[in-house]
Amino acid sequence: MTDSRTLWTLLKSMVRIRLVEEVLAKMYPTGRIRTPMHLCVGQEAVPAAVSSLLLPGDAVFSGHRSHGHYLAKGGNLTALFAELFGYAHGCSLGLGGSQHLCDPMAGFIASAPILAGTVPVAVGYSWKQKLDGNNYISVAYIGDAVIEEGIFHESVSFAALHNLPILFVCENNLYSVHAHIGVRQPPRSIASLVAAHGLSSEFVDGYDIDTVYDTVAGAISEIRSGKGPYFIEATTYRMLEHVGPSADWHLGYRSENEGAEWSARDPITKLQARLVSPDSSHSRNLWEALLAEVREEIENSVRAAETAHVLSIEDAMNLVYPRTS
Amino acid sequence: MSNPQEVTGGAAIREAQIDILNEVDSAVILGLNAASPLGIFGTVAGLVGRFGAHRVIETPASEAALTGIALGMATAGMRPILIHQRFDFSLLGIDQLVNQVAKWHFMYGGKLRAPLTIRVIVGRGWGQGPQHSQALHAWLAHVPGLRVIMSSLPQDSYDALRFASANDAPTVFVEHRWMHFVRGTIEKGPAREPRNSVVRRSGADVTLVGTSYMVIECIAAAKLLETRGIQAEVIDLMTISPLDVTEVISSIAKTGRLVMADIGWKSFGIGAEVVIRVVEAGVAFRAAPIRIGLPEMPTPTAVQLAGDYYPTCTDIANAGLTACGYDESSRFIEVRDAIELDSPNKEFLGPY
Repeated sequence: MTDSRTLWTLLKSMVRIRLVEEVLAKMYPTGRIRTPMHLCVGQEAVPAAVSSLLLPGDAVFSGHRSHGHYLAKGGNLTALFAELFGYAHGCSLGLGGSQHLCDPMAGFIASAPILAGTVPVAVGYSWKQKLDGNNYISVAYIGDAVIEEGIFHESVSFAALHNLPILFVCENNLYSVHAHIGVRQPPRSIASLVAAHGLSSEFVDGYDIDTVYDTVAGAISEIRSGKGPYFIEATTYRMLEHVGPSADWHLGYRSENEGAEWSARDPITKLQARLVSPDSSHSRNLWEALLAEVREEIENSVRAAETAHVLSIEDAMNLVYPRTS
Repeated sequence: MSNPQEVTGGAAIREAQIDILNEVDSAVILGLNAASPLGIFGTVAGLVGRFGAHRVIETPASEAALTGIALGMATAGMRPILIHQRFDFSLLGIDQLVNQVAKWHFMYGGKLRAPLTIRVIVGRGWGQGPQHSQALHAWLAHVPGLRVIMSSLPQDSYDALRFASANDAPTVFVEHRWMHFVRGTIEKGPAREPRNSVVRRSGADVTLVGTSYMVIECIAAAKLLETRGIQAEVIDLMTISPLDVTEVISSIAKTGRLVMADIGWKSFGIGAEVVIRVVEAGVAFRAAPIRIGLPEMPTPTAVQLAGDYYPTCTDIANAGLTACGYDESSRFIEVRDAIELDSPNKEFLGPY
């Protein structure tokens, strides 16, 4: 069971991700952000738990829905906003956008939207970590659809073969764009399928923050002790549309009832209810301070990101090939 | 620089990798059969015994993952060399190569680097057929961010690999299998910037530009043309991407005539790019430029057809004659039969 201090850390991390996503959703219709944006509202618990157990030197890789992974790992918030605005002080100098986040200083190495695109890269990165013997690990976040890509299985198999220090985290949110997992994969467990590659593999309810935390803690401890790669499938739910700032219940590919059922178990609301008691002014003060701190950070970051400076096309051209060897 | 030694092209490639493994701690070699006793046509033979399985890594048949794994190693600061025994096999990794590797430095604003080397071998002869013979360097040259280098002589293969490993850009080194047999002297030493192109033979009448093995056929063609009193200039185009045709343009400013011979398919190939760049430079042709390349057909396996499929020095020389205004009656006749054409042009395998 997780202690109170850890729970407050998790709550803050989740709230920070959600509030950033909500600010972005509000901004999006103004046209300031002109990049496909895959928001992770509803999916905050897993990255909050995973990153609370990572060291600054650990390396995180992700896919298209990566804001939460980036923020939880300590990716620079101003650089995220600037990246979405297309500015030169963005985390990828405005050349990548929402789908190509990069903050190596924070240990967030790269995200890329091609399904499974960064999975082998994370495996290769973990090879170097094992070689260096520095006890650092890599984390590859994937969605459920990545299981359908061949390169995922090649990568996991290779990681198991070489006993590499890598944690694969599958956030199973049931949908690939508008297609339910039931029309994409046979009715079998993802965690069991992956276990057949010869690595430890577990299934968790991704909305149960305590279990997620304990499972990830156990996995990371095994990886750091040299027992090789680990796979965790965590169920979760995307509250907004696949790409963009809005809800999409009107499309009819999933029911609003289904969303409401997940929403009733929202990890942020539930943890807030556990930690903040109407009878405890201390807990209410902590909550208000948490909200104020996160909101202030977001406001300051948006302001700092707004310094409009766009990379020149010449400077962009100079980045196609590295200048020095 | 070491003392010059005479070696084959394949041995030069092996020597380059030995020197890289000796001098660069973070360098590793990965490939299906990298640890095989035969060592990928001998080019890595014995290296696993010499450097260990942690430096010369036998891989599963997972080309897609291995391309990404090499990228991850490179991102983490290593210098991997990934080998595909056939260019054709590397296509299973084309998503990683095009979508990730080529764009890695650019799309993260220069924060990440991808100093990996990929060796792809183009097969030819003994019925390699549709899936063991493709030369798809023009595809790769179309994608900004990759370096694509070819070579014809051992020294250039040695230099290309040393440079590819030391340079921070991802490099695909396209090796024609027959270049492994060409003999020449090499001087070993640290990485040198690869040349865009090299004039192999000077001449004022017609410019013959070749890539990889077709350079050998161009040199043979130049010798044929000389028998008619025509002086051909032969240019070895080595850096396919980023492409710099300054030397080709200078040559055509002199000769006014161009025959461009590539190891790949003619349509949408490197030849088209070279010709249009010369045209765009405003250099006046005295005769229409001629491209020599493979016909629009997958490689036939039957040796009897392969002879017709692959252009030879005779075709290049005849194109030179056409460019110089000679008529049909003066054409050279191919003297080698299908079986002879199924193996490297022995007359011109060196030493150089």
